Amino acid sequence: MPELTAEVERLSLVIAIGGVPVRVNTTDPAFLDILQDRYAGFLGSSGRAEIEFDVEVTAPVYPVPDIGVHVTQRLGRWSLQAGDFLAEWEPASRAGRIRQTANPYSIDAVLRIVHTLVLAQQGGFLAHSASAIRNGKSFLFAGVSGAGKTTISRLAPPDVTLLTDEISYVRKQDAGYVAYGTPFTGELAKLGENVSAPLAALYLLAQGSENRIDPIPPGEAARSLLANLLFFAEDEELVQSMFHSAFEFVSRVPVSRLTFVPDSRVWELIG
Amino acid sequence: MSRLYVARNPRVAARSLDGEMMIMSGRDSTLFTLNKTATILWQSADGATPLDEIVEHRICQEFEVEPAEALHDAETLARELASHDIIQISEEPIPQPSPGAGEAR
Repeated sequence: MPELTAEVERLSLVIAIGGVPVRVNTTDPAFLDILQDRYAGFLGSSGRAEIEFDVEVTAPVYPVPDIGVHVTQRLGRWSLQAGDFLAEWEPASRAGRIRQTANPYSIDAVLRIVHTLVLAQQGGFLAHSASAIRNGKSFLFAGVSGAGKTTISRLAPPDVTLLTDEISYVRKQDAGYVAYGTPFTGELAKLGENVSAPLAALYLLAQGSENRIDPIPPGEAARSLLANLLFFAEDEELVQSMFHSAFEFVSRVPVSRLTFVPDSRVWELIG
Repeated sequence: MSRLYVARNPRVAARSLDGEMMIMSGRDSTLFTLNKTATILWQSADGATPLDEIVEHRICQEFEVEPAEALHDAETLARELASHDIIQISEEPIPQPSPGAGEAR
Protein backbone atom coordinates (compact mmCIF):
# COMPACT_ATOMS: atom_id res chain seq x y z
CA MET A 1 0.00 0.00 0.00
CA PRO A 2 1.52 3.39 -0.95
CA GLU A 3 2.35 6.02 1.66
CA LEU A 4 -0.49 8.50 2.05
CA THR A 5 1.72 11.15 3.61
CA ALA A 6 5.19 12.31 2.82
CA GLU A 7 7.53 13.89 5.33
CA VAL A 8 8.28 17.45 4.42
CA GLU A 9 11.97 18.14 4.42
CA ARG A 10 12.98 20.65 7.07
CA LEU A 11 15.74 22.99 5.96
CA SER A 12 17.72 25.10 8.36
CA LEU A 13 20.62 27.46 8.78
CA VAL A 14 22.21 29.37 11.65
CA ILE A 15 22.52 33.15 11.58
CA ALA A 16 25.11 34.31 14.11
CA ILE A 17 25.03 38.03 14.87
CA GLY A 18 26.85 39.40 17.90
CA GLY A 19 27.98 35.89 18.75
CA VAL A 20 24.38 34.75 19.27
CA PRO A 21 23.54 31.79 16.99
CA VAL A 22 19.92 31.80 15.83
CA ARG A 23 18.71 28.73 13.96
CA VAL A 24 16.06 29.31 11.33
CA ASN A 25 14.02 26.35 10.12
CA THR A 26 11.88 26.40 7.01
CA THR A 27 10.38 23.99 4.54
CA ASP A 28 10.72 26.48 1.69
CA PRO A 29 13.97 26.04 -0.31
CA ALA A 30 13.53 29.40 -2.04
CA PHE A 31 13.30 31.16 1.32
CA LEU A 32 16.42 29.35 2.51
CA ASP A 33 18.23 30.66 -0.57
CA ILE A 34 17.08 34.19 0.29
CA LEU A 35 18.49 33.84 3.81
CA GLN A 36 21.79 32.38 2.62
CA ASP A 37 22.22 35.33 0.30
CA ARG A 38 21.05 37.95 2.80
CA TYR A 39 23.21 36.78 5.70
CA ALA A 40 26.34 35.69 3.86
CA GLY A 41 29.24 36.17 6.25
CA PHE A 42 26.98 35.72 9.27
CA LEU A 43 26.07 32.07 8.77
CA GLY A 44 27.26 29.98 11.69
CA SER A 45 28.03 26.33 12.15
CA SER A 46 25.26 23.79 12.52
CA GLY A 47 25.92 23.38 16.25
CA ARG A 48 23.57 24.26 19.10
CA ALA A 49 21.71 27.52 18.64
CA GLU A 50 20.72 29.87 21.46
CA ILE A 51 17.45 30.68 19.71
CA GLU A 52 15.49 28.64 17.20
CA PHE A 53 12.75 29.89 14.91
CA ASP A 54 10.44 27.85 12.74
CA VAL A 55 9.41 30.03 9.83
CA GLU A 56 6.08 29.48 8.14
CA VAL A 57 6.24 31.09 4.72
CA THR A 58 2.84 32.40 3.71
CA ALA A 59 1.36 33.74 0.50
CA PRO A 60 1.60 37.50 -0.04
CA VAL A 61 -1.34 39.66 1.03
CA TYR A 62 -1.86 43.07 -0.56
CA PRO A 63 -1.85 45.70 0.65
CA VAL A 64 0.39 44.97 3.64
CA PRO A 65 -1.48 46.35 6.68
CA ASP A 66 0.24 49.33 8.29
CA ILE A 67 -0.13 48.53 12.00
CA GLY A 68 3.30 49.57 13.27
CA VAL A 69 5.51 47.30 15.33
CA HIS A 70 4.21 45.85 18.58
CA VAL A 71 6.44 43.87 20.91
CA THR A 72 4.79 42.64 24.08
CA GLN A 73 5.45 39.97 26.65
CA ARG A 74 2.98 37.82 28.53
CA LEU A 75 3.73 34.85 30.77
CA GLY A 76 7.27 34.56 29.49
CA ARG A 77 6.32 34.59 25.83
CA TRP A 78 7.15 37.49 23.53
CA SER A 79 4.78 38.47 20.78
CA LEU A 80 6.21 40.41 17.84
CA GLN A 81 3.78 41.85 15.39
CA ALA A 82 3.99 44.12 12.36
CA GLY A 83 2.12 44.43 9.10
CA ASP A 84 4.43 41.97 7.35
CA PHE A 85 5.10 39.40 10.07
CA LEU A 86 3.75 37.71 13.16
CA ALA A 87 6.19 36.06 15.52
CA GLU A 88 6.40 34.51 18.94
CA TRP A 89 9.43 33.71 21.03
CA GLU A 90 9.74 32.01 24.39
CA PRO A 91 13.19 32.63 25.90
CA ALA A 92 12.86 29.79 28.42
CA SER A 93 12.49 27.19 25.69
CA ARG A 94 14.69 29.16 23.25
CA ALA A 95 12.06 28.47 20.60
CA GLY A 96 9.89 30.67 18.47
CA ARG A 97 7.78 30.85 15.34
CA ILE A 98 7.55 33.39 12.53
CA ARG A 99 4.82 33.76 9.92
CA GLN A 100 5.86 35.87 6.95
CA THR A 101 6.11 35.88 3.20
CA ALA A 102 9.29 34.79 1.42
CA ASN A 103 11.25 38.02 1.82
CA PRO A 104 14.44 38.98 3.69
CA TYR A 105 13.05 42.13 5.33
CA SER A 106 10.54 40.63 7.73
CA ILE A 107 12.94 38.17 9.33
CA ASP A 108 15.51 40.94 9.45
CA ALA A 109 13.10 42.98 11.56
CA VAL A 110 12.38 39.99 13.79
CA LEU A 111 16.10 39.39 14.33
CA ARG A 112 16.71 43.04 15.21
CA ILE A 113 13.90 42.97 17.76
CA VAL A 114 15.00 39.68 19.30
CA HIS A 115 18.58 40.90 19.61
CA THR A 116 17.39 44.09 21.35
CA LEU A 117 15.50 41.93 23.85
CA VAL A 118 18.49 39.68 24.47
CA LEU A 119 20.90 42.60 24.81
CA ALA A 120 18.63 44.66 27.05
CA GLN A 121 18.86 41.98 29.72
CA GLN A 122 22.66 41.96 29.48
CA GLY A 123 23.42 45.69 29.53
CA GLY A 124 23.99 45.92 25.78
CA PHE A 125 22.01 47.42 22.93
CA LEU A 126 21.53 48.03 19.23
CA ALA A 127 22.04 51.66 18.26
CA HIS A 128 21.44 53.82 15.23
CA SER A 129 25.10 54.25 14.48
CA ALA A 130 27.83 53.26 12.13
CA SER A 131 30.75 51.42 13.70
CA ALA A 132 34.21 50.43 12.64
CA ILE A 133 37.45 48.92 13.90
CA ARG A 134 40.80 50.65 13.66
CA ASN A 135 44.03 49.58 15.37
CA GLY A 136 42.21 46.88 17.32
CA LYS A 137 39.63 49.24 18.82
CA SER A 138 36.08 49.90 17.74
CA PHE A 139 34.32 53.24 17.38
CA LEU A 140 30.65 54.15 17.14
CA PHE A 141 29.35 57.04 15.03
CA ALA A 142 25.80 57.78 16.09
CA GLY A 143 23.21 60.03 14.59
CA VAL A 144 19.77 60.21 13.13
CA SER A 145 19.15 59.70 9.44
CA GLY A 146 21.17 62.27 7.51
CA ALA A 147 23.70 62.86 10.30
CA GLY A 148 26.47 61.24 8.29
CA LYS A 149 26.63 57.55 9.27
CA THR A 150 26.82 56.37 5.69
CA THR A 151 29.12 59.23 4.69
CA ILE A 152 31.70 58.53 7.37
CA SER A 153 31.52 54.82 6.53
CA ARG A 154 32.10 55.57 2.87
CA LEU A 155 35.10 57.78 3.72
CA ALA A 156 36.82 55.09 5.82
CA PRO A 157 40.41 54.40 4.69
CA PRO A 158 41.56 50.86 3.80
CA ASP A 159 42.93 50.05 7.25
CA VAL A 160 39.46 50.48 8.76
CA THR A 161 37.15 47.47 9.11
CA LEU A 162 33.54 48.50 8.77
CA LEU A 163 31.16 46.83 11.23
CA THR A 164 27.99 48.54 9.95
CA ASP A 165 26.89 51.81 8.42
CA GLU A 166 23.50 51.74 10.13
CA ILE A 167 22.86 49.54 13.20
CA SER A 168 25.62 48.89 15.71
CA TYR A 169 25.66 45.89 18.01
CA VAL A 170 27.10 46.60 21.47
CA ARG A 171 27.58 43.98 24.13
CA LYS A 172 28.73 44.60 27.70
CA GLN A 173 31.81 42.62 28.53
CA ASP A 174 33.68 42.73 31.84
CA ALA A 175 34.27 46.39 32.70
CA GLY A 176 33.83 47.59 29.13
CA TYR A 177 31.93 47.09 25.91
CA VAL A 178 32.52 45.29 22.63
CA ALA A 179 31.11 46.27 19.23
CA TYR A 180 30.22 43.52 16.76
CA GLY A 181 29.71 43.61 13.02
CA THR A 182 26.13 43.34 11.79
CA PRO A 183 24.42 42.54 8.52
CA PHE A 184 22.04 45.45 9.13
CA THR A 185 22.85 47.94 6.42
CA GLY A 186 21.90 51.48 5.56
CA GLU A 187 22.38 53.40 2.34
CA LEU A 188 25.80 51.84 1.80
CA ALA A 189 24.03 48.49 1.30
CA LYS A 190 27.21 46.68 2.33
CA LEU A 191 27.17 44.10 5.10
CA GLY A 192 29.55 44.75 7.98
CA GLU A 193 32.40 42.40 8.70
CA ASN A 194 31.52 39.67 11.17
CA VAL A 195 34.22 40.60 13.66
CA SER A 196 34.35 42.45 16.99
CA ALA A 197 36.64 44.68 19.05
CA PRO A 198 36.63 46.49 22.39
CA LEU A 199 34.78 49.78 22.15
CA ALA A 200 36.97 52.87 22.58
CA ALA A 201 34.61 55.78 21.92
CA LEU A 202 31.19 56.91 20.85
CA TYR A 203 31.06 59.90 18.53
CA LEU A 204 27.87 61.86 17.99
CA LEU A 205 27.97 62.98 14.38
CA ALA A 206 27.47 66.52 13.18
CA GLN A 207 28.41 67.91 9.78
CA GLY A 208 30.20 71.26 9.79
CA SER A 209 32.87 73.39 8.16
CA GLU A 210 35.86 71.76 9.88
CA ASN A 211 36.90 68.46 11.41
CA ARG A 212 37.00 68.51 15.18
CA ILE A 213 36.15 66.53 18.28
CA ASP A 214 34.48 68.27 21.23
CA PRO A 215 33.65 66.84 24.63
CA ILE A 216 30.01 66.86 25.64
CA PRO A 217 28.47 66.91 29.12
CA PRO A 218 27.48 63.52 30.57
CA GLY A 219 23.79 64.41 30.62
CA GLU A 220 23.79 65.27 26.94
CA ALA A 221 25.76 62.10 26.21
CA ALA A 222 23.16 59.96 27.96
CA ARG A 223 20.25 61.76 26.28
CA SER A 224 21.84 61.43 22.85
CA LEU A 225 22.60 57.76 23.32
CA LEU A 226 19.06 57.05 24.51
CA ALA A 227 17.71 58.86 21.46
CA ASN A 228 19.72 56.56 19.21
CA LEU A 229 18.92 53.21 20.82
CA LEU A 230 16.72 50.71 19.04
CA PHE A 231 14.06 49.47 21.36
CA PHE A 232 10.64 48.12 20.55
CA ALA A 233 9.34 46.33 23.61
CA GLU A 234 6.31 47.66 25.44
CA ASP A 235 7.70 46.37 28.71
CA GLU A 236 8.37 48.54 31.76
CA GLU A 237 11.07 46.31 33.20
CA LEU A 238 13.08 46.25 29.99
CA VAL A 239 12.60 49.99 29.45
CA GLN A 240 14.15 50.55 32.87
CA SER A 241 17.02 48.17 32.06
CA MET A 242 17.71 49.98 28.80
CA PHE A 243 17.59 53.37 30.51
CA HIS A 244 20.10 52.38 33.18
CA SER A 245 22.29 50.62 30.59
CA ALA A 246 22.65 53.89 28.70
CA PHE A 247 23.88 55.68 31.82
CA GLU A 248 26.22 52.82 32.62
CA PHE A 249 27.61 53.06 29.10
CA VAL A 250 28.33 56.81 29.21
CA SER A 251 30.06 56.37 32.56
CA ARG A 252 32.50 53.90 31.01
CA VAL A 253 32.92 54.93 27.37
CA PRO A 254 34.09 58.38 26.24
CA VAL A 255 31.36 60.20 24.33
CA SER A 256 32.24 63.21 22.14
CA ARG A 257 30.79 65.22 19.32
CA LEU A 258 32.54 64.62 16.00
CA THR A 259 31.99 67.50 13.61
CA PHE A 260 33.23 66.77 10.13
CA VAL A 261 33.36 67.98 6.58
CA PRO A 262 32.64 65.20 4.11
CA ASP A 263 36.15 64.20 3.14
CA SER A 264 38.47 61.45 4.29
CA ARG A 265 40.63 63.72 6.49
CA VAL A 266 38.11 63.23 9.30
CA TRP A 267 39.61 59.78 9.80
CA GLU A 268 42.88 61.41 10.85
CA LEU A 269 41.10 62.15 14.14
CA ILE A 270 39.94 58.56 14.72
CA GLY A 271 41.92 55.70 16.24
CA MET B 1 -8.41 73.88 51.83
CA SER B 2 -7.36 70.35 50.89
CA ARG B 3 -3.70 69.48 50.72
CA LEU B 4 -2.04 67.78 47.82
CA TYR B 5 0.28 64.82 48.19
CA VAL B 6 2.74 63.73 45.53
CA ALA B 7 4.57 60.44 45.07
CA ARG B 8 7.12 59.23 42.58
CA ASN B 9 5.79 56.60 40.20
CA PRO B 10 7.91 53.53 41.00
CA ARG B 11 7.46 52.32 37.43
CA VAL B 12 9.61 55.03 35.88
CA ALA B 13 13.37 54.94 35.63
CA ALA B 14 15.30 57.91 36.98
CA ARG B 15 18.91 59.00 37.08
CA SER B 16 20.68 62.13 38.19
CA LEU B 17 23.81 63.00 36.23
CA ASP B 18 25.85 66.13 36.89
CA GLY B 19 22.84 67.75 38.53
CA GLU B 20 20.48 66.86 35.69
CA MET B 21 17.58 64.60 36.59
CA MET B 22 16.43 62.40 33.72
CA ILE B 23 13.37 60.23 33.84
CA MET B 24 12.04 57.69 31.39
CA SER B 25 8.46 56.58 31.31
CA GLY B 26 8.20 52.82 31.49
CA ARG B 27 4.90 53.07 29.65
CA ASP B 28 6.04 54.63 26.39
CA SER B 29 9.82 55.17 26.78
CA THR B 30 9.43 58.96 26.68
CA LEU B 31 12.47 60.71 28.18
CA PHE B 32 12.08 63.77 30.39
CA THR B 33 14.80 66.07 31.68
CA LEU B 34 13.65 67.86 34.81
CA ASN B 35 14.55 71.46 35.64
CA LYS B 36 15.70 72.39 39.15
CA THR B 37 12.21 72.94 40.55
CA ALA B 38 10.88 69.71 39.04
CA THR B 39 13.92 67.85 40.36
CA ILE B 40 13.26 69.10 43.90
CA LEU B 41 9.62 68.14 43.54
CA TRP B 42 10.56 64.67 42.26
CA GLN B 43 13.09 64.06 44.99
CA SER B 44 10.67 65.21 47.69
CA ALA B 45 7.66 63.31 46.36
CA ASP B 46 7.51 60.64 49.05
CA GLY B 47 3.73 60.36 49.17
CA ALA B 48 3.68 61.48 52.82
CA THR B 49 4.87 65.10 52.72
CA PRO B 50 2.16 67.52 51.56
CA LEU B 51 3.06 69.66 48.56
CA ASP B 52 2.76 72.89 50.52
CA GLU B 53 5.41 71.65 52.96
CA ILE B 54 7.69 70.67 50.08
CA VAL B 55 7.25 74.14 48.65
CA GLU B 56 7.85 75.86 51.99
CA HIS B 57 10.83 73.80 53.12
CA ARG B 58 12.52 72.91 49.85
CA ILE B 59 11.50 75.17 46.98
CA CYS B 60 11.21 78.50 48.84
CA GLN B 61 14.52 77.73 50.56
CA GLU B 62 16.18 77.24 47.18
CA PHE B 63 14.58 80.05 45.19
CA GLU B 64 13.54 83.54 46.20
CA VAL B 65 9.82 83.22 45.50
CA GLU B 66 6.61 84.12 47.27
CA PRO B 67 5.18 81.00 48.98
CA ALA B 68 1.70 81.45 47.49
CA GLU B 69 3.06 81.92 43.98
CA ALA B 70 5.49 79.03 44.43
CA LEU B 71 2.68 76.73 45.61
CA HIS B 72 0.54 77.65 42.63
CA ASP B 73 3.44 76.95 40.25
CA ALA B 74 4.26 73.69 42.07
CA GLU B 75 0.66 72.49 41.78
CA THR B 76 0.69 73.22 38.06
CA LEU B 77 4.00 71.39 37.72
CA ALA B 78 2.78 68.43 39.78
CA ARG B 79 -0.31 68.04 37.59
CA GLU B 80 1.87 68.28 34.47
CA LEU B 81 4.22 65.55 35.76
CA ALA B 82 1.23 63.45 36.77
CA SER B 83 -0.22 63.75 33.27
CA HIS B 84 2.92 61.97 32.04
CA ASP B 85 2.66 59.32 34.78
CA ILE B 86 5.93 60.48 36.30
CA ILE B 87 4.34 61.14 39.68
CA GLN B 88 1.03 60.38 41.32
CA ILE B 89 -1.02 63.09 43.01
CA SER B 90 -3.74 62.71 45.59
CA GLU B 91 -5.56 64.63 48.29
CA GLU B 92 -4.65 61.79 50.64
CA PRO B 93 -1.19 60.47 51.58
CA ILE B 94 -0.01 57.95 49.00
CA PRO B 95 1.42 54.69 50.41
CA GLN B 96 4.76 53.75 48.87
CA PRO B 97 5.55 50.17 47.82
CA SER B 98 9.04 49.85 49.31
CA PRO B 99 11.95 52.09 50.23
CA GLY B 100 14.15 52.90 47.26
CA ALA B 101 11.72 51.92 44.51
CA GLY B 102 11.84 54.40 41.66
CA GLU B 103 14.55 56.51 43.24
CA ALA B 104 17.49 57.70 41.26
CA ARG B 105 20.37 55.28 41.33
